[in-house]
Amino acid sequence: MNVTRGFTGRPRVHHPGLPPGQYDAGDDWPVLSAEVTPDLAPADWTFRVDGLVGAPRTWDWDEAHALPGSAYEGDIHCVTSWSKFGVRFGGVSLDAFLAAVRPDASATHAVAYSHTGYTTNLPLSDLTGGRAWIAWEYDGKPLAAEHGGPARLLVPHLYFWKSAKWIAGLRLLDHDEPGFWEQNGYHARGNPWEEQRYAGD
Amino acid sequence: MTETFTPPTRFAVPGRIAVSNRAAALWQTATLTEIRRETPQAATFRFAVPAWAGHLPGQHLMLRLTADDGYTAQRHYSIASAPDDDGHVELTLDHVDGGEVSGWFHTRAEPGDEVQVRGPLSGFFAWPGDRPALLIGAGSGVVPLMSMVRHHRARGLDVPLRLLVSARGPEELIYAREYGAETTPVFTRSAPEGVPVGRLAACHLAPLLAEEPAGGWEAYVCGSNAFAEHASRLLVQAGQPVDRIRIERFG
Repeated sequence: MNVTRGFTGRPRVHHPGLPPGQYDAGDDWPVLSAEVTPDLAPADWTFRVDGLVGAPRTWDWDEAHALPGSAYEGDIHCVTSWSKFGVRFGGVSLDAFLAAVRPDASATHAVAYSHTGYTTNLPLSDLTGGRAWIAWEYDGKPLAAEHGGPARLLVPHLYFWKSAKWIAGLRLLDHDEPGFWEQNGYHARGNPWEEQRYAGD
Repeated sequence: MTETFTPPTRFAVPGRIAVSNRAAALWQTATLTEIRRETPQAATFRFAVPAWAGHLPGQHLMLRLTADDGYTAQRHYSIASAPDDDGHVELTLDHVDGGEVSGWFHTRAEPGDEVQVRGPLSGFFAWPGDRPALLIGAGSGVVPLMSMVRHHRARGLDVPLRLLVSARGPEELIYAREYGAETTPVFTRSAPEGVPVGRLAACHLAPLLAEEPAGGWEAYVCGSNAFAEHASRLLVQAGQPVDRIRIERFG
């Protein structure tokens, strides 16, 4: 252990929800995106699921909102080491979208892509079983543009760069295909509990 | 094959350089060798990192401090120094109110202290010195941009490079002594006699965009989220292509 002389850290209360290497950001919600925040009105937002599916489909804002609503209440974790506890998102479970397109048995991974061109890759198993959402509300209000509004992907059990802002679609694949940050040195999966920050972790 | 979706806008994908996964994964000991005061709030910390793999301007590293009960705190910091600083890297840190890591640096750290670092990390904001670069930063957001300016000078590059740097006043302008003809400071609260006071505006960008070099500018924006939003919107309004704007936000 490489102890840093004179470093004590802030007073700590053990929080069982805090993954290793993370700190509690409290009320802050830092904004971290590499691109210009797009001007994307709900009326112009669409969400498509294609690739290895039986019935590729695109939903517009009203069609997506006609699906059964689903909320997430819990924690989120950013690779830059902040975590945020007890956040509330509203939207639709990704399971509802996937059920409509009938994924092929051969589909194992997905690339999520944004209306800005941002991409990120995920194993399909991280997107199913009630663990991923298309979210358009935060704390009961419309999701702010700088946080990915009008709608973002939400995969709260992985580092938050996987929760693509301004989500435009998912392409299902039979292999893993690195996305934007993954091509820039980040880990392919990004599990905060295993500190999968960078490729090689 | 099903039809594929093409997003209406494409930003700058992929990153500029390949990142060494091995270097990124490995924690190394960095020994503090020097502390230089830059402004009342900011100081530069120089480290010896003998096995440093080298970096490109604009990259960052992750730094870790460890308490004697094993508690660790880690943060991402942009690298301030140019790549050709053999076996050394420099970071310039603001003293953040209540900052756990920056607080240690500004109140306890002394030459000889050891911390752990890993990196360099991320290729997205990196600038190898190949394309004309329009750099826009505010506060400590100028740190990765200064690495680019220093690189440009150290290598004697002739590719065009311009820096717009925003600070509240002259006394808060980090690296003030080092700027040359490539730099236009923008002061938001107080300025030397004869220099206007005001927020970064279209009138600051216009002359730089008007002298656009062949192939256009690659814009690098770094600062707080509020500043990054403001500056990137000004750039888009002034006609800079959205896929030629790279943003590093200090959350």
